[in-house]
Amino acid sequence: MNLPPLEPTVTYYEDGDLAKFPAIGTEAPHLADAFFAWYGKVFDDGELTKREKALIALAVAHAVKCPYCIDAYTAGTLEQGCTRGEQMEAVHVAAAITGGAVLVHGVQMRKRADQLSM
Amino acid sequence: MAPPPAGPLAPAQQLRLLGDAGVPPFAEHLARHAQPALVAGPTTVLQINVGKLCNQRCRHCHVDAGPHQTVQNMAWPTFQACLDVATRLRPPIVDLTGGAPELNPHFRRFVLALRERGVPEIIDRCNLTVLLLGGQDGLGAFLAQQRVHIVASLPAVDAGQTDTQRGDGVFARSIRGLRLLNDLGYGHADSGLRLTLMSNPTGAFLPPAQAGAERRTRDLLARRHGVVFNDLIGLTNMPISRFLEYLIASGNYRAYLAKLSAAFNPAALAGLMCRNTLSVGWDGALYDCDFNQMLELPVAPTASRTIFAYDQALMDGRAIATATHCLGCTAGQGSGCGGATVA
Repeated sequence: MNLPPLEPTVTYYEDGDLAKFPAIGTEAPHLADAFFAWYGKVFDDGELTKREKALIALAVAHAVKCPYCIDAYTAGTLEQGCTRGEQMEAVHVAAAITGGAVLVHGVQMRKRADQLSM
Repeated sequence: MAPPPAGPLAPAQQLRLLGDAGVPPFAEHLARHAQPALVAGPTTVLQINVGKLCNQRCRHCHVDAGPHQTVQNMAWPTFQACLDVATRLRPPIVDLTGGAPELNPHFRRFVLALRERGVPEIIDRCNLTVLLLGGQDGLGAFLAQQRVHIVASLPAVDAGQTDTQRGDGVFARSIRGLRLLNDLGYGHADSGLRLTLMSNPTGAFLPPAQAGAERRTRDLLARRHGVVFNDLIGLTNMPISRFLEYLIASGNYRAYLAKLSAAFNPAALAGLMCRNTLSVGWDGALYDCDFNQMLELPVAPTASRTIFAYDQALMDGRAIATATHCLGCTAGQGSGCGGATVA
């Protein structure tokens, strides 16, 4: 018996997907327009520089584990003149905060355990 | 993804690859923004590529320069023709590039001759490490004595990034070269010896905003290395020659061209260097810019094609030769041998 040909492999996240982001406006254009306009303004120079904001975005991208954001802000931070060392320190900040957020709940665990224990 | 090239890509191959990059032609970018084709104005910069010989072999080099390039270097009769044109044209700037221009055996003689003819500004595009080479004794002092404006390559204040692009140990030697220049007076505000740093991205991404990069570089070089400079210019990596080969081998080729295309900035057009630069090749052939020179895209057929046949009346108003690589100069803040073209 001949087996049917395998389906081509499709990954959940693909390189070209980020470029399709504006398509989210198909169903609710007024919301999408508002989001994209606001998003653009967020990354303008302000009290924080574009460079500082890009490093924050890179850290958050890792914290929320968004592959699109990681790609975008890896390039974005390089284009703001960041070094590989600065990029990695930003990832460590994300790791410290997310790791710390887990660990600090050990306080809740201990409180609860104290309550339940003799 | 195209397979990595086996060796240096010939200019015709490069043009074919650029035409097949999946982005609209350069002319279409102009048309979309209702911009006319590029036309040269009066030449204010005579840029002379004195040859491809270099002591480094940088991974982004658009010239394919290196120690192996011992043939394609300017001979004295061609320098003399350049001097004749400089005397007649009286350009405010004569810009010497390469390779490492200082390695041409006629370099110092030519600088002296330009000074004798009263050229207001002579630029030497210096890789910094050449200042430390045996056989180049007194080079820094000579440049200072002749008040040559040095445009020195330093992509990053980071040894890893710099060495990745320019070769192992280049960052440390570049810092030594900068200190040598500082000791001669270069880079100090009131010395009259101008030291400009030139920074290319160390990969397939656009340069940072020039003003911010200058501020950060000034701070880091002063704090970490005690080095000063006058100004910094940022250049976009051109998708030609060795950088094109890197783009293909690393799988970044189409994405980088798409990035340049998406970042096309019509505001960058007014300041393009091809409008006021005449580029001379090692053999005396004329081009609209050093990038066209490496792609062997000559000046328009209506213009003088060599420095030996130079006729100013045929040069101003010539149509500039363009192709897909021109997107490198029109992306984002714009780019050229003078840095960003948009403030």
